[in-house]
Amino acid sequence: MNNNPKDGNLDFLNGDEAVAYGARLCRPQVIAVYPITPQTIVVEKISEFVANNEMTCEYIHVESEHSAMCAAMGASLVGARAFTATSSQGLAYMHEMLHYVSGSRFPIVMMNANRTLAAPWNIFGDQRDSLSQRDTGWIQAYVENGQEALDMIIQAYAIAEDDRVYTPVMVNLDGFVNTHTFELVHIPAQEEVDAFLPPFKSRNAVDFHHPRSFCMTASTEWNMEFRYQQQEAMDRARGVIAEVDKGFGDRFGRYYGGMVEEIRCEDAEVVLVGMGSVVGTSRIVVDRLREKGFKVGLVKLRFYRPFPREYFKGLSRRVKAMGVIDRDISFGYEGAVASDIKSALAGAGAVPKVINFIAGIAGRDITKENIEGMYDKLFNFARGKDEKEMQFIGLRW
Amino acid sequence: MAKPKIVKFRFPESLEEMPLGPSAAAGILTEPNSGWRVQRPVLDHSKCSGCLLCWVLCPEGVIDKSKGDLEIDMNYCKGCGLCAHECPKKAIQMIREGEDEQ
Repeated sequence: MNNNPKDGNLDFLNGDEAVAYGARLCRPQVIAVYPITPQTIVVEKISEFVANNEMTCEYIHVESEHSAMCAAMGASLVGARAFTATSSQGLAYMHEMLHYVSGSRFPIVMMNANRTLAAPWNIFGDQRDSLSQRDTGWIQAYVENGQEALDMIIQAYAIAEDDRVYTPVMVNLDGFVNTHTFELVHIPAQEEVDAFLPPFKSRNAVDFHHPRSFCMTASTEWNMEFRYQQQEAMDRARGVIAEVDKGFGDRFGRYYGGMVEEIRCEDAEVVLVGMGSVVGTSRIVVDRLREKGFKVGLVKLRFYRPFPREYFKGLSRRVKAMGVIDRDISFGYEGAVASDIKSALAGAGAVPKVINFIAGIAGRDITKENIEGMYDKLFNFARGKDEKEMQFIGLRW
Repeated sequence: MAKPKIVKFRFPESLEEMPLGPSAAAGILTEPNSGWRVQRPVLDHSKCSGCLLCWVLCPEGVIDKSKGDLEIDMNYCKGCGLCAHECPKKAIQMIREGEDEQ
């Protein structure tokens, strides 16, 4: 690093702090949040920024997560850029308002610290909370580390506020593994972020001179057309996500691949697909196995909604077996990510064998040995050995 | 009347004309907001003393005093009968919808 202020700063931050810095750089006018482990540091850090006059915004202390999302929606309704953050039980409590915000097309950005849902009570990470909110009409991004968390908050506003999208974005960090782990994080310069992300000029805001009604009833004759619009916006978001990633990379030097990142997949016979922090661990395993000559690859799924259907169709034609790591389970069937990938493959012709690995529930470690074991099973499966299509990894017994 | 008048609402004719989320210009009335009224108030101006008790009490604010003689906006009146009940001069009579005034 040199001393050019345009280059920003390098700091030692945990994931929550990185999110707070990301939010600060986006200059939201209104922040309404309620603290919950493991998101609390985001709330604390932002309130510190506000108290120290390092950030100018209306910081609303609300009485619940439901109210946090309501307040954010009210802010967006008058044309303000709004930010909030939550986790687990809080996200579940927000559920009703998630639908309100996406259905009303307010481009709010929210950070969610992935944490399991009670009961049994537990504060550690899995993705059951956000995946339970799949159908709320929010764009969902999953990040691997603190740097990506900070960068993704900035990108999230650029995606959400794009004219073709106007859909809220949820940025997910694995609880504790991402939120509380410290790493070196590059904090971009404010002027660079300002140039990348201009002030929000809502085309969906109330205005004293042209008053409008919002969130109103749409009768049976008209309601379905609003839903069709939401689906179209999500479909367009795929392209916008790629554009924003490219624009961000060109300015800040970090490209993330848009919807997915492929890691050593070029001639891979078997691939693992994962979301969030598990990708970091898997990278090391892939490198090790590659050194030993095994043709393994890794796919980092960065966005769960919209879902990259066409990408997985294409990938399926190149590999013999595919493993999907789900840090969640839809009881009575399988992991949510695996279901969606299989659904994409159904239209692909020759379909590779797929194993769904349920792992890392409620913060249980997904070790390098676990991941090596998954690759072993995939090779066996590819060679015709029987494998259960869905299996729990790291179970006590 | 101070309340918005009924105007013809132009519905979207294509997906491009749909609003961004369920929103529309405020302060317009596209159809009577009183379709479920069972009884309607009829004011006998010859009995009215102009005390404005009905104007104060009407929960819907549909009684207009701006023209001197009171006027009831039937596009908004829900027919609750509060005005007739409270009128000290018994100048307001509630008539069942569909029936003629006496």
